[in-house]
Amino acid sequence: MSNLEFEKPVLELEAKIAELRNVTGDDSMNIADEITRMQGKADRLLQQTYSKLTAQQKVQVARHQDRPHFLDYIDGLIEDFTPLAGDRNFGEDDALPAGLGRFKGRSCVILGQEKGNDTESRIKRNFGMARPEGYRKAQRLMKMAEQFQIPVITLVDTAGAYPGVGAEERGQAEAIAKSIETCLRVKTPIVSVVIGEGGSGGAIAIATADKVYMLEHSIYSVISPEGCASILWRSAEHANDAAAALKLTAQDLYQLKLIDGIIAEPVGGAHRKKEETIASVGMQIENALDDLSNISSDKLVQQRHQKFLKMGREAA
Amino acid sequence: MNWLTNFIRPKIQSIVEQKDVPDNLWQKCPGCEGMLFHRDLSENMNVCYHCGHHMKITVQERMELLFDDGKYKELPMPKAPHDPLKFKDRKKYADRIKETRQKTGREDAIMIAEGTIGGSPAIIAGMDFTFMGGSMGAAVGEAIVVAAEQAVAKQAALIVIPTSGGARMQEGMVSLMQMPRTIIAAEMVKNEGLPYIVLLTDPTTGGVSASFAMVGDIHIAEPGTTIGFAGKRVIQETIREELPEGFQTAEYLLEHGMVDMVVERKELHETLARILDLLFNRDGSARALNDNGSKTSAKGKAAKGKGSKGPRAAAMEVPVIEKTAANTDAPAEEPIRTAGTKG
Ligand SMILES: [Zn+2]
Repeated sequence: MSNLEFEKPVLELEAKIAELRNVTGDDSMNIADEITRMQGKADRLLQQTYSKLTAQQKVQVARHQDRPHFLDYIDGLIEDFTPLAGDRNFGEDDALPAGLGRFKGRSCVILGQEKGNDTESRIKRNFGMARPEGYRKAQRLMKMAEQFQIPVITLVDTAGAYPGVGAEERGQAEAIAKSIETCLRVKTPIVSVVIGEGGSGGAIAIATADKVYMLEHSIYSVISPEGCASILWRSAEHANDAAAALKLTAQDLYQLKLIDGIIAEPVGGAHRKKEETIASVGMQIENALDDLSNISSDKLVQQRHQKFLKMGREAA
Repeated sequence: MNWLTNFIRPKIQSIVEQKDVPDNLWQKCPGCEGMLFHRDLSENMNVCYHCGHHMKITVQERMELLFDDGKYKELPMPKAPHDPLKFKDRKKYADRIKETRQKTGREDAIMIAEGTIGGSPAIIAGMDFTFMGGSMGAAVGEAIVVAAEQAVAKQAALIVIPTSGGARMQEGMVSLMQMPRTIIAAEMVKNEGLPYIVLLTDPTTGGVSASFAMVGDIHIAEPGTTIGFAGKRVIQETIREELPEGFQTAEYLLEHGMVDMVVERKELHETLARILDLLFNRDGSARALNDNGSKTSAKGKAAKGKGSKGPRAAAMEVPVIEKTAANTDAPAEEPIRTAGTKG
C-alpha cells in the first residue's frame, strides 16, 4: 500500500539488487559488478522518474505514508519541545499538535498538522484533519508568540479541516477565519512550510505567513483533485486531469507567485531520505527567520499584508 | 417574478424584468409547498406569505432594500485577472465565465455600491449567487478589498453580503488566497474604527464562510440561511449518519453562538440603520431616527469636513437636522424602501 505505482520499475530493480546481495559463492566478483551496474541503473531511473512527475503523481508522493510528518520534524529540528494543549474553550485537538521549543538556538512556537503513522496514531490524530479547537489553539499560541516576541513556525500537512457535525457546531468556519486573521495580525515572524498536503482552508488557516515554502513534491490546493473532478468532470476518475488543471504543485505555485520558495527533496522523494529532507527544511526556515528578524514588527505586518494583497491584483 | 418589478427604475427593470407567462404566475414555496402568486410574493420581498420562508433575491434587489430610499451608486468593478490558471475542465473556464457574464450582465459574482442606511454612510459589497454559485475568485476578492478601501476613504461602514458556495476552484490557489485578502480588507475597516457588518444570506459556505463572512463586528443572518464550512454531503459521507435537525441553518448558528441575530428580510433595513446609528453616532448628538429607522440628518453627515479623522469626530461635526414634515415621511419619494420596510 505504501508503494507508488509509478515507482514500480525502480522498486523491482531494487528488489533484484537486494536478492543479488544475498547471493554468495565463487562468482562474487561478477556479482559485485552486476550490483554496481544495476544500482546505477536504478538510480538513473529513480532520478528520471522524479524529475518528471505528473501533478497526480505528486499528489501521491505528497500523501505518501512514509513521508516525514510533523512529529518527525519536531524530533529532527526542535530541542526542548514542550507540547501545549487546548484552546481554553472546549478541548484539545491532537490533529494539530503545537508547543514551545528551541529551533537552532531560538525559542519559538511551532505548530502543524500530524497525520499519524499507524492505525492507532492516525485515529488519535484524526488523519491530520483538525477541528475548530485545533485552529483556536493555533490562535492562542500565535498570540503567545507575539507576547514573548518569538517567531512562529508552522508545518502544513492536511487533507483539510475536518468535516463533521461537531466541528460545524463549534464553528469550523469561524475558527479558520480567525486563525487566518491572527496570522495576519501577529507582530512576530511567521514561517510556514507545506511538508505534504496543503488542503484548502484547513491549510491556509495556519499558512498565512511572511514566508511560505513548499517541499518539492508537496501539493497545495483549493480542493482535492478527486473532489474537483467529481464536481467539474462529474467523475472522480478524472482526478489526473483535475490535478493538472488545478496547478497545485510547488513548481506551479512558485511560478504563480503564490509561494516564496521551493525546498528540494532528495532524489526519489522525502519518503526515501527523511533526515536529509528534515535538514533541508530546517535550513530554509533558519534562513527565513534570519532575514525576518531584522524587520521591525510593524513593517513585518505591513509587508505580510502587502504580499497577500498582491495575489489577485491585475498584472500580478 | 420579483418584488421589485412593480416599483423600480427603468435601468434595473430592463435587467430583471421577465416576461410573465401563465406558467410562472404561481410558484410553490420550497418551505411549505404553499402556492404563491408572483405579484404577492414580489410585494413580500420574495418571502413566503404563508410560512415566512425566505427565497433568494437578486443583489440589486438587496441594494434597493437596504439603502435609504432604495438609492445607491454602483461602484465600478476593479480589474482582476480573469483566468490565472488557464483552467480547463470539460470546458474552458474562459468560455464559461464569458457566457456567465453575458447571461448575468455582471462582471463577476459581486456588486459594490455606496449610499446611506438610516443616514449613516455605507458601502455594501453584495454577492450574486446566480454568477457561478457566488464562488469567490480574484475578482470577488479584489472587489471586497476595493469596497474596504472605499469605506475607509469615505469613512463609511462596510457591509458585506455573502451568498456563496465557496472558493472558485477554476482559479485554484489564487481563489484560496482570497481568504487572507478579504480578511485584510476587513482589517482595514476595523483599524479605522469603522463598522464591519456581515449579512449572511443563503447559502454561505466554504471558503467564503471561513474568511470575510466570519470576522464581522456583527453577524446578521436571514432566517433559514444555510451557513457552514463543509457541505452537507461531504459531512454525511464522512460521518455516515443522519445530520441533526436544522443543521447549519441561521437559527442553528444563532443557538451555537456564531451569529448575533437572525433578522427577517423586512426588518433588515431598520436593523442595520439602528446598528450603524449606534456605532457612528456614539454620543447621540445626531440622533433623529424616524419611524422607519431612517435618520433625517443624512445630508448633514455627508457634508462633514474632509479632515475629520473618524466616525466619532464626524458625528460631532454633524449638524442636527430637526425632524420636519419635509424630510421624514415622504412616501412618494421612496416607494421602494417603503415597500421594503413595510412589506
Ligand atoms: Zn412557505
